[in-house]
Amino acid sequence: MNGTLFQQILDPANRADPYPLYAEMRRTPVSRQDDGSYVVSTHAELYRLLHDPRISSEDLPDPPLFRWTGHPLSDLFVRPVRSRITARHRPFIFRDPPDHDLLRRQVMREFAPARVRAMHRKAEQLTHALLDGLRDRTDLDLVDDFSYPLPVTVICELLGVPREDEPRFQGWATQLATALEPDRRTDRENAGRTEEAFTAITDYLQGLIKEKRRAPQDDLLSGLAAEHDGERMNDHDLVATAVLLLVAGHETTVNLITNGVLTLLRFPEHLERLRREPEVAPRLIEELLRYEPPVHYRTRLARADIAIGGTTIPEGAPVVLLLASGSRDPLRFADPDRFVPDRANNQHFGFGGSLHYCVGAPLARIEAEVALVALAQRLQAPRLLADPPPYRPGASLRGPRHLLLAIDAVTPSASAELAA
Amino acid sequence: MTAPTEAPRQIVIVGASLAGLSAAHALRDVGYEGRIVLIGDENEPPYDRPPLSKQVLRGLYSAETSLPQRADLNATFRLGVGALGLDTLAHRIYLSDGTQIVYDRLLIATGTRARPWPNGAEAASSNVYTLRGHADAEHLARGLAGKPRRVLIIGGGFIGCEIASCCRDLGLDVTLAVRGALPLVHALGSVTAAFMRDVIRDRGVDLRLETEVARFQPDADSRVVAAILRNGQRIEADCVVAALGALRNTEWLAGAGLAVSPKGVRVDTHCRVLTATRAVVPDVFAAGDIAHWPSAIYGNRLLAVEHWGNAVAQAETAARNMVAGEAGLIPYDHLPDFWSQQFGLNIKLVGLPTGANQFAVVQGSLRDRRFIGVYGAQGRTVAAVSVDSARWLPAYRAAVAEATPFPPIVGALDQADIRPQPLARAVS
Ligand SMILES: Cc1cc2nc3c(=O)[nH]c(=O)nc-3n(C[C@H](O)[C@H](O)[C@H](O)COP(=O)(O)OP(=O)(O)OC[C@H]3O[C@@H](n4cnc5c(N)ncnc54)[C@H](O)[C@@H]3O)c2cc1C
Ligand code: HEM
Repeated sequence: MNGTLFQQILDPANRADPYPLYAEMRRTPVSRQDDGSYVVSTHAELYRLLHDPRISSEDLPDPPLFRWTGHPLSDLFVRPVRSRITARHRPFIFRDPPDHDLLRRQVMREFAPARVRAMHRKAEQLTHALLDGLRDRTDLDLVDDFSYPLPVTVICELLGVPREDEPRFQGWATQLATALEPDRRTDRENAGRTEEAFTAITDYLQGLIKEKRRAPQDDLLSGLAAEHDGERMNDHDLVATAVLLLVAGHETTVNLITNGVLTLLRFPEHLERLRREPEVAPRLIEELLRYEPPVHYRTRLARADIAIGGTTIPEGAPVVLLLASGSRDPLRFADPDRFVPDRANNQHFGFGGSLHYCVGAPLARIEAEVALVALAQRLQAPRLLADPPPYRPGASLRGPRHLLLAIDAVTPSASAELAA
Repeated sequence: MTAPTEAPRQIVIVGASLAGLSAAHALRDVGYEGRIVLIGDENEPPYDRPPLSKQVLRGLYSAETSLPQRADLNATFRLGVGALGLDTLAHRIYLSDGTQIVYDRLLIATGTRARPWPNGAEAASSNVYTLRGHADAEHLARGLAGKPRRVLIIGGGFIGCEIASCCRDLGLDVTLAVRGALPLVHALGSVTAAFMRDVIRDRGVDLRLETEVARFQPDADSRVVAAILRNGQRIEADCVVAALGALRNTEWLAGAGLAVSPKGVRVDTHCRVLTATRAVVPDVFAAGDIAHWPSAIYGNRLLAVEHWGNAVAQAETAARNMVAGEAGLIPYDHLPDFWSQQFGLNIKLVGLPTGANQFAVVQGSLRDRRFIGVYGAQGRTVAAVSVDSARWLPAYRAAVAEATPFPPIVGALDQADIRPQPLARAVS
């Protein structure tokens, strides 16, 4: 057993290819690390723990003690009160039943099929508009030029954030996503920036929610703010939920699109196939979520002693669910390290599982499908300029920081041709 | 006896339903490239039965029940053709269209049929129904659409209760006649069965316990107008469903010298069929409702279950073993599980409560109609049931598979006070 293996996984030097480390990790399905945490890396054990009622998602540390600003009103009143409130109204990804279920149900109601369909059309328009904007280019950074702007705009549309405020949202989203990165929670300087972004987005959203209550529109935030069967989400939970949707739906989708293009360029025969037969996209994307998932691990707390995988996780121990390793477990998947776009029975952990299973999965699938098909069809002769590409620091939300491509041209879209 | 040494080139599957189709898929999954022939006496391609007593009866005709088939399955279907006899020495099957077919390996997957109402003349009345297949379901759905004044369902097993639930959803008056003291008691044990009794009554079903129907009263057109109970009471009903359980389709195996009983065809841990003298027939396998199999998890107790999950899993193991050599045989170590949807509740069961003498609600509560209950026997956990709480069940499944001390899983986030109670077993 190796009590520092997870430290190696966190090491940015291993970001480009963590999979051999996962394979080593799986030799001990539930492995105690020197810091007292337990890493779970095999499919069966992950599946079981995702469904274990003794596993808690309320593992966020208390908000950091803030620095003295010298403004008595702020230091003694506003900030302590605010931080007490936010501690009680955490986004539901960090909450347990029954609160979790209540909040999640209200959000699910707003993910109605009609709304998801509307987002499909939006994603298509945005995708082609972004590609039209790259018309004269022969090189690009897929991340900055495409993968990044698409999801944040989609989320803004979904929530009902006015167009002109989107740039601000994008900045906040980037900063707040670091709060989902367990290995960055201890970084104090970053925590300070996150707190500032959180304060700013909270103020902004409170204003927006007031507006939505006054004049409801056909968007998710208006729906959440309205009363249903005598239930109404309170403002604090509403803000927390809106921030969660923004953060959880952003960086993840960026990485799925970027990882998708990277993988397809590494296996050009599949890129070619996707170009010719776009109907393979849904299955290909499932395989992508297994093979190069955007979310590599999530953390939990053991609320009681749990005997599993030949060991006992003691009450109070932090638990790391190494989802990406479970998705490569040879006991569950034949030939797990091969990218097999039409893999049958692909029960991956790309969207997690059980009660915290990704709320945005239908939307994420649509975005990825629209984006990857359009990229496959419109980027002419794409080539990777750096492989492996540079990665973001995070080991949990893992993905390239840049993906530099050379292309011959961008094929004009059908609609652009019509307009011309 | 040893496994056949030649790799199979023609695999025949008799019974083209859930187990049969699952086996065909599994054969392709493990790379078998030879011929696969599926023989089924129903005219339809394979379809799924669970929706028949759920969506289909509620008039949701659009409910899609055909089982998905992979595009590259490349199997030959001989539908509307029944197997009439088997000669294991000649590797030959006699078919109802007068032809014969030979096999290198055979999978017996002929499942079960509904046990008919014992009085044949009464059973033939146009308003007496049973439910097993697609045609039965559509027939019954049409009967229910005719707005009978009262539906009488005989039998308090899952299918009887699910049909009663559909009738209530359709706004029909329904009487459910159950022979025992509680409905569903064989499957769920006394505590959960008593809970279901209350649910069923709350939902407006006229539930008659310890009630046996003796005969029917026909009108001039020999349509049933009432049922007469053993105690002489009369229940007016213009639609009767006999939900009396299942009979195994083993008749075609008579004379083949196999170990066949009302519980099905005996197989070993590798899903290979046994002869009447308990010798292994190395090239004949059985899976699904038809199989009578030893459960590794329950100390090789012989089980005969009618569960969807077993049909799929057993078919997969059988398929792998059909193409494996003697050394590659894998044992079948499935943990039985089952689900039901009725009266707005999702009920799931893992393991076998049979023989359990203890029960405890470990999460949620009966009052909230949302709970997990566990069953103990000799201090070990042998089964778990969830009512509208299925998401936790996998953890309990593991506890059952590992025979964890009873009660398992202490310290759940929403844990009730665990108060184990004795479990009464109903006399059957
Ligand atoms: C109404 C209903 C609801 C159900 N609901 C649930 C549920 O909610 N949950 C659950 O776990 N299980 C449920 N089940 C049980 C589940 O459907 C069965 O366990 C499953 O169908 C068994 O599959 P099988 O292939 O072994 O047998 P079957 O599905 O019975 O298939 C056997 C096939 O073989 C054919 N056959 C028989 N004899 C011959 C012959 N001599 N020659 C050729 N063909 C032959 C039959 O016509 C049939 O097509 C339900 C069953 C029914 C009927
Ligand atoms: C490719 C894109 C995405 C991936 C890979 C992804 C992955 C995940 C994963 C793994 C979880 C489980 C977290 C846990 O168990 O702790 C999760 C939860 C969640 N995701 Fe996603 N996600 C994606 C896109 C989205 C989108 C677009 C949205 C919203 C619009 C979204 C909203 C959420 C929410 C709200 C949760 C929390 C659910 C809960 O706690 O009940 N996600 N996601």
